[in-house]
Amino acid sequence: MIKFTINGRQVSSAAAEDTPLLWVIRDELGLTGTKYGCGVAACGACTVHLDGVATRSCATPLSMAEGTEITTIEALASEDHPLVRAWVAEQVAQCGYCQSGQIMQAADLLANNPSPSRDEIRSHMAGNICRCGTYPRIARAIERAAQEG
Amino acid sequence: MTQAMKFTRRGFMAASAGLTFSMTFVPGLAGQAKAAAAPLQINAWVTIDPEGQITIFAPAAEMGQGVQTVVPLLVAEEMDAEWEDVTVRTAPVAAAFNHAMFRGQYTVASLTVRGYWIPARTAGAQVRAVLMQAAANEWGVDPAEVSTEPGVVVGPSGQRLSYGEIAALGVEPGPLPEIAPEDLKPASAFRLLGKDVTRVDMREKSTGAAQYASDIQLPDMLYATVARSPVTGQTVERFNEEEVAGRDGITHVISLGHGVAIVGESTAQVFAAREALEVDWSQDAKGLSINSDKDREEYLERLHTGEPDVVFSSTGDIKAALEGAASTVTKEFFTEYLYHAQMEPMGAVAHVTAEAAEVWTGTQWQSMALNKTATITGLDPEQVKIHQLYMGGGFGRRAHTEYIDDVVTIAKEVGRPVKLLLRREDDVASARMRPLTVQRVTMALDEGGRITGLHHAVACEPVSPYMYGPARWEADAGKDLITMRGSALPHYGVEHQEAVHFYEMRGARVAAYRGIGAGYTKFALETMVDQIAREQGRDPLDYRLDMAASDRVRNVLSRVAEMSDWSRVREDGRGLGLAFTEYGESIIGVVAEISVNQENGRITVHHLWAAAEAGFPLQPDTIRAQVEGGMTFGLSETLKEEITVVGGQIQQANFYDYEVMRMDEMPEIEVEILRHGDMPTEVGELGLPPVAPAIANAFHGMTGKTLNHLPLSPARVLAALEA
Repeated sequence: MIKFTINGRQVSSAAAEDTPLLWVIRDELGLTGTKYGCGVAACGACTVHLDGVATRSCATPLSMAEGTEITTIEALASEDHPLVRAWVAEQVAQCGYCQSGQIMQAADLLANNPSPSRDEIRSHMAGNICRCGTYPRIARAIERAAQEG
Repeated sequence: MTQAMKFTRRGFMAASAGLTFSMTFVPGLAGQAKAAAAPLQINAWVTIDPEGQITIFAPAAEMGQGVQTVVPLLVAEEMDAEWEDVTVRTAPVAAAFNHAMFRGQYTVASLTVRGYWIPARTAGAQVRAVLMQAAANEWGVDPAEVSTEPGVVVGPSGQRLSYGEIAALGVEPGPLPEIAPEDLKPASAFRLLGKDVTRVDMREKSTGAAQYASDIQLPDMLYATVARSPVTGQTVERFNEEEVAGRDGITHVISLGHGVAIVGESTAQVFAAREALEVDWSQDAKGLSINSDKDREEYLERLHTGEPDVVFSSTGDIKAALEGAASTVTKEFFTEYLYHAQMEPMGAVAHVTAEAAEVWTGTQWQSMALNKTATITGLDPEQVKIHQLYMGGGFGRRAHTEYIDDVVTIAKEVGRPVKLLLRREDDVASARMRPLTVQRVTMALDEGGRITGLHHAVACEPVSPYMYGPARWEADAGKDLITMRGSALPHYGVEHQEAVHFYEMRGARVAAYRGIGAGYTKFALETMVDQIAREQGRDPLDYRLDMAASDRVRNVLSRVAEMSDWSRVREDGRGLGLAFTEYGESIIGVVAEISVNQENGRITVHHLWAAAEAGFPLQPDTIRAQVEGGMTFGLSETLKEEITVVGGQIQQANFYDYEVMRMDEMPEIEVEILRHGDMPTEVGELGLPPVAPAIANAFHGMTGKTLNHLPLSPARVLAALEA
């Protein structure tokens, strides 16, 4: 039994230790804002924070979650995080499927670098694919969130 | 939603002459009991509750292009509603919500807003007329004397009844009024359209709350994945059933003939079992001989020596134009198979019982999803319910519904709700690709160097037979718009043109892909136009301005030239390239600023400017977003994307070997939307086609070398530099 905290809540899972954390979050805990895109940490759709660090949950075995604090998009949504507001203000999303991962990746950036340059944004976000091509708006939304706080 | 359908018959009948409509009455309303507390249901599209809350049903597939917002906005505009009072809900699958041209709920070809332009506004006008009549009855006045202000009917002596108050009267709307297209508001009277509103799906898509098929969870639900045959027509001969069935959590292993379904208690267990699956496929499928490198050469050989299978389009006398030309230019172009790479792999949820079937899916073709579910289950269409959801990318991929066949078949077999989701690797392996193409283009020039004739030959697998079947293929006389789109030059006054298609029916699994034919035909044509200009020592902008057949074209070209400061020579090893393309009725000019690393062959795109004219821009910012996204898609197919097929098998597996654009490689993109007329025109695919030729033209301007093979991989760039 693996125990950890997710969005401030104590939970446990009896799934096999090598189960990708993504599927425990989605199928067992019902937090479906975190998405499956590739299963190999190549697209970023599954990004969550593990002890505050942006992590690809599709390539993270459940065993690594033991004793950690995990944060998902649902937590940022419930606190009306500046990035969520900026995402709406800049009308970022198109199909929307990748955006939870994008926001979680961006939140990791702003937590460590409150005023990133455009190049810092581009490089920090390079692991997150948006097939609809919302990249220009993602960059603007991160800059807006950095300014508006 | 079932409530919405109860009182509704077929709301509109599309007349055979395309966009002309006549209304049919909805007699069912007369039998509706008075119920003051219940929402007022006026037609299939709109309900109004006594508190004034208006529900408008959105008929089309929302895949990021904003139609969940803009189609209901058409209704609200015409019914004179306050947009703040409107809640949008996804429409059921019903004839009342059919697209005017497609006669079904089918979201393709960038035609959604055009297709609902009349039906949605007609529905709104009908609601407004019923509300005005009800208020007139209440006041005992002539309905001709009442009018509306947003959300309110106003009487001749200043009487006012809000829409909610009218709903609370418990009125019976009676027969619905006939509304002719000329009764609809002129664009000059629009209050809502033309001004940006926040998209209705924006907040939920920024919070993780938006629901996609892969998010659906039902009680007692099982999870499934499918390994589909690598080549269409292959069937399962044998597989390690016992080993897979014995793995943790696996409840069923089912041969589907064309694939194997693995069903179990969790996605993780099903995916793990999929990795252990080994299948022997039959070796009799036609497509097993497909080989990108070999086929490309054979296509080219046919263009040199064969006869085309069909003349796709023709104007003037191309033969005479070529014979009488002062000179001719011929060039050849190559593009590879492409994968949609939609972020959500294919999948759906289904629950099938003896009496009913329900399917939860994000599909571009709800009507087909319903028909197929009825066919597979043997149920009546009335027993089938399709829950249309958002989709993690469409781009043409979700116009195919084979995954719905699979999930319904599996759900019928196991008797419990089932969620199907493909692993990314299986999504790639079962890709429905944009066809590999070879093009040969000849242009005739007069003594002044103007283009007077165009002959455009395209060799590729046609898509229409796969999408629509043999009957439609025959009805269309073998003309495949999907692969031949964009093969003409309609805006340069070229009098003599012919586009021909050499069919390559080799059994490739192909599909419509964002931009369809224009994604490669415009690469060929606009690259040639540019080179013809430069070979004459002409500025490519001036040359196009001279040939432009209308002020619309000149306006778009001039605007993008201003935006990009076209006449300023770039330094630091950068150069500019221009392209102009149409998509349906819309037109766009794009300038690319690039640099080339001569050592490693990498092209860097620093800046893209676009001036896009898309009729009347109903939602300017959404259109800008679509053009930005279309251009990014275009960048991706220009610089990176390539599926290679060997022995019928796709050689790529996932995003690590099928690369798409990422943020660190993105140029700055500036888009300006221009208005033309009072009708909305195509948007969703408009941005894609001009990007490849703009980049190739910049390269040619800088190096004098031709890039004629997409994607512009470093190896191809280096080869061009050495040529």
